[in-house]
Amino acid sequence: MSLALPAPDMARAITRISHEILERNSGSDSITLLGIPTRGAHLAARIAANIQAIDGKPVQVGTLDITLHRDDLRMRPPRALMPTTIPSLGVEDRNVILVDDVLFSGRTIRAALDALGEIGRPKTVQLAVLVDRGHRQLPIKADYVGKNLPTSPTQIIKVQFTELDGLDAVSLEEGGK
Amino acid sequence: MRHLLSIADLSKVEALQILNTAEELARVSDGPMKKLPTLRGRTIVNLFAEDSTRTRISFEAAAKRLSADVINFSAKGSSVSKGESLKDTAQTLQAMGADAVIIRHSASGAAQRLADSQWMTGSVINAGDGTHEHPSQALLDAFTIRKHLAHGGDDLTGLHIAIVGDVLHSRVARSNVLLLTKLGAQVTLVAPPTLLPVGVESWPVKVSYDFDSVIATVDAVMMLRIQLERMTELFFPNAREYSRYFGLNKDRLAQMKPTAIVMHPGPMNRGLEITADSADSARSVILEQVTNGVSVRMAILYMLLAGSQEIGASE
Repeated sequence: MSLALPAPDMARAITRISHEILERNSGSDSITLLGIPTRGAHLAARIAANIQAIDGKPVQVGTLDITLHRDDLRMRPPRALMPTTIPSLGVEDRNVILVDDVLFSGRTIRAALDALGEIGRPKTVQLAVLVDRGHRQLPIKADYVGKNLPTSPTQIIKVQFTELDGLDAVSLEEGGK
Repeated sequence: MRHLLSIADLSKVEALQILNTAEELARVSDGPMKKLPTLRGRTIVNLFAEDSTRTRISFEAAAKRLSADVINFSAKGSSVSKGESLKDTAQTLQAMGADAVIIRHSASGAAQRLADSQWMTGSVINAGDGTHEHPSQALLDAFTIRKHLAHGGDDLTGLHIAIVGDVLHSRVARSNVLLLTKLGAQVTLVAPPTLLPVGVESWPVKVSYDFDSVIATVDAVMMLRIQLERMTELFFPNAREYSRYFGLNKDRLAQMKPTAIVMHPGPMNRGLEITADSADSARSVILEQVTNGVSVRMAILYMLLAGSQEIGASE
């Protein structure tokens, strides 16, 4: 196991993503952050806190569960559903930023786009991830990336948040065959 | 989980998982888009060999909101009324590629028979078998009770629920006794001795013949329908006497705790086990039970059909 992003680097990456989001959207008024549970939701909360500290205004932030829209449901035992919470202004005509911890095949994001489409019609949809590990299976690209991490498909990326795991870290583990 | 035949087969964890899933799905039902793609391409057969309004429609609505294809099949107007056996019916459904069969039958154990047989490979969901069980009704009742009375708690610990009336013929009562006690509630059955089943003393419940001594202590009262169609002999002298001793009326309503709720699985015999003003009072959650039924049945279909059977069965 090797540490790819220790806590201070992880904090810097999240701060940079927050600045980039503000720059690209000319402030925080038009944006709605939607984290994909579990860890994407924690990342979204971190980014929202950062943006609020920079911009001085509360940010629209919520969660979006994509389980019911997954294309691999049939291949695994049923998963528990996670909460979806849409902030007060909704998604209609907003700049929605989907937030997830790791971008891998792109299938989660495809499912998130479907789930989002059921809720409303955002003005734009952008994507922020902490780690982009490559190996895309769909034509999906992140707008904001904390760190590009070249991996082999069998390796496992482990993202830890203090709220859940007691520490902040991104590490790379050798997976089984 | 492959089939849902009886509450007795469910662990507490599985039951809570269904309730929690239903809670998330209820939010979808409240939203602008009610349809989800989750069960697209799955075929679900409603095999109803006994009359039903809400259970059949509720399962149908649940399946359709998850984008499954639904085939409705009732005994009347099908080959069952020509004398076709359950086996031949099941094999026909298998040949048509049914992924799940929701069965209601007047014979206790019909769902179990269908699941144990090699007649079909799909999931079997018991929607009421004779006087045995009606698990989806118990789950929606527990869901409704939890929503109103558990104050954010996970299970029903500390709640006292009275189930009143025709316990003898009631599959709803059997499933509810199993589920509510599994979830930590205390259950009291209230009925005349003639309408209590043999062996009730071995159930994990209290039994009372006196509704008035119980009514003030309960958090929820679940009224059961007097099942005249199953009664082959006389169980009480007359309807007026039954309703005076065991019916829910304005006076009994007034004795209930301020927060207590009134439930009924439907269909109601207004004026017999429940008066019209009780059924329509502010305490009544009877229509909400119907709404919750769709979410709970969506959760059941999701748990049984969305995942892979192969891995799910090996747990």
